Amino acid sequence: MNNIILISVAVLGGLGLISAVILYFVASKFKVYEDPRIDEVEEALPSANCGGCGFPGCRAFAENAVRQAKNEKSLDGLFCPVGGNEVMQKVAAIVGLEIEEQDPMIAVVRCNGTVAHSPDKVNFEGATSCTFANALYSGEGGCQYGCLGLGDCVAACEFDAIHMNPETGLPFVNDKCTACGACVIACPRDIIELRKKGPRDKRIFVSCVNKEKGAPAKKNCEVACIGCGKCEKVCEFDAITITSFLAYIDFEKCKLCRKCVEVCPTSAIWEVNFKPRKPKAEKTVPLKKNEEDKMQNTVTQAIGIKGQSQTGSVNKEVVGSEHIKNKSEK
Amino acid sequence: MGFLKTFTLGGIHPPENKLSANKFIEVLPIPPQVMVPLGQNLGAPSKALVKRGDKVKAGQLIASGESFISANLHSPVSGTVFKLDNVVDASGYRRPAVIINVDGDKWEDGIDISDKLISDINLTAEEIIQKVKAAGIVGMGGATFPTHVKLMVPPGKKAEYLIINGVECEPYLTADHRLMLEKGPEIMVGIQLLMRALKVDKAIIGIENNKPDAIGHLTELAKSYAGISVQPVMVKYPQGGEKQLIKALLNREVPSTKLPIEVGCVVQNVGTAFAVYEAVQKNKPLIDRIITVTGKAVKKPSNFKVRIGTPLKFLIEAAEGLPENTGKIIGGGPMMGKALFSEDVPVVKGSSGILLMPVEESHRKEEGPCIRCSKCTEACPMGLEPFLLARAARASRYDMAEKERIMDCIECGSCQYTCPANIPLLDYLRLGKNKVGGLIRARHKK
Repeated sequence: MNNIILISVAVLGGLGLISAVILYFVASKFKVYEDPRIDEVEEALPSANCGGCGFPGCRAFAENAVRQAKNEKSLDGLFCPVGGNEVMQKVAAIVGLEIEEQDPMIAVVRCNGTVAHSPDKVNFEGATSCTFANALYSGEGGCQYGCLGLGDCVAACEFDAIHMNPETGLPFVNDKCTACGACVIACPRDIIELRKKGPRDKRIFVSCVNKEKGAPAKKNCEVACIGCGKCEKVCEFDAITITSFLAYIDFEKCKLCRKCVEVCPTSAIWEVNFKPRKPKAEKTVPLKKNEEDKMQNTVTQAIGIKGQSQTGSVNKEVVGSEHIKNKSEK
Repeated sequence: MGFLKTFTLGGIHPPENKLSANKFIEVLPIPPQVMVPLGQNLGAPSKALVKRGDKVKAGQLIASGESFISANLHSPVSGTVFKLDNVVDASGYRRPAVIINVDGDKWEDGIDISDKLISDINLTAEEIIQKVKAAGIVGMGGATFPTHVKLMVPPGKKAEYLIINGVECEPYLTADHRLMLEKGPEIMVGIQLLMRALKVDKAIIGIENNKPDAIGHLTELAKSYAGISVQPVMVKYPQGGEKQLIKALLNREVPSTKLPIEVGCVVQNVGTAFAVYEAVQKNKPLIDRIITVTGKAVKKPSNFKVRIGTPLKFLIEAAEGLPENTGKIIGGGPMMGKALFSEDVPVVKGSSGILLMPVEESHRKEEGPCIRCSKCTEACPMGLEPFLLARAARASRYDMAEKERIMDCIECGSCQYTCPANIPLLDYLRLGKNKVGGLIRARHKK
């Protein structure tokens, strides 16, 4: 009886030993060398696997980073938007390179077609998908460039950073945004753009993507960019260009002087996270003050008229105006 | 009456509501201004040949179809080109159009606008196709596929049958029905022209059995024409789809993703046959069409003959106005039609009807959960599983949707009509088709 047990143990043990020896030699013969730094880089990355860097997951980014550092001695074009500069410094340290800091970015929703500014002309009932609605019709307010408000961007966000505001029907981005760009791809109308976060989160942008002439654009939405060119003229830094009746502010050139915000007749240009303006002192040129007054007037007037003409939607109007205020004073 | 022919897979029978079936076709006066959109056909939009201030006559070429799948466009009225601008189309998008201010009703030389029937055919197949192409004729059933492209049988294939679609399976619509009753002899000549163009000697007119007067009338006429026969079919939606009609009439099945020519058939609408007659025998390009204006609350449901480019509100006014409780204006029939963005939208070559739906019918019902009752699968005339495809599209599983043959969907809406849980199946199928189509095109580009 004992013999049987001993024999089995010996046979199995022997088999195991032989297999181990074979495996050892095979493993050393067919060993694939992998740079240990890949694992280190992967460890340093945030493991969000969001694809924001352009690679399918953090591992692929790590492999590419190490390969590029080895071959080209640089990390140009590689950036983890989720980890930001902090993580990139760590990555650079692992591969033994120095990198320049990049400006943090944030997703910006460039549409202000709230219920108040672009009243509903038709009613949409159907699949809650922007891609579907985009193929079907122009939008409840009638603007064929504006936000459809069905939340494809919200569904695409992995970081809980973009949500629909039920009052305005538009998405808003919060501080959790990592600028991975998933919402930019998800939006069928290219409304969302990655822009520089700016010093102390201050930024200025044109909150409209309507490429139509002034009259039809304004007919559908009172805060649409009408391509009048006032901002282009007033900008001292050549940051604003107008193509097909739409102004665009280059965030690399913009110096945040806020002059364009003042002259915009439809208040399509937004300033975010600035302190509220002081009432202009004597120093300022009177013309500018007038301009500002005019702008303020247009906003209040327009909202007032809307409030009167649309019975029962006064609440919405107030919400709409607060939305602007919050955005500019936050 | 024995068993009537029909297609075998799926199908539904919604209430027919053919309210305007006994209303004679009325010719509407020309409006003061018409808007002629440049993209009226399937495929590439036409290219404008006129500019602001140009004088045009009715029937004059104003835009030409440049690419292979594209059609010519003619001025529907005489007058002055007011401007070339974007106008709101049925979906609310602003697209390029020619806007013409009407001045009198002068016609281009050589167009015969009398009612005299010209039945002698002395043209070759090529000449007929050239004339059809010049007249800018597109499929009048609603898909607006350029007819001359359909008539050019690809090399290696042979057409055996010409099938004329007089089914009109959409509820409410009666435009084709009235056309068959009032323009029977002209349609017969048109069918002969199409037969000659396709070099076939057999033509079958398929008509649903709810139009016994049209069946009787055309059967009587067909006796004096060799090769043309009339076949009544059972009332079942979507029999007007070409694949379903071929199955019903000839019991032949068009393979997945293939065209009817694969089984030796070419399907044309009765409206197209009539347009071909006018183009070839009378030199009249496609500048007007017959439209049904209907709805349960409409005071005077009617069939109108109108010029292309007429704003729809003219037609609604002619039907004695918009009923008070209108919730939705649909361009086309209730099953496949599209809700219109505004009533200023112009009539285009593919408009077959305007349906004014009361508020209580126009809203969607609350969506419930899918319990896999398989009613949609039973209703699908293409043998698909709509619930599965919709689910795949909703979860962005486009690979799965493609594998389950989402591209075979004809968007007839039978699944959504029959769903007891009111799930917007068709919406998700359209979304999936849209995405999968894009993926397939991208793959071919590589």
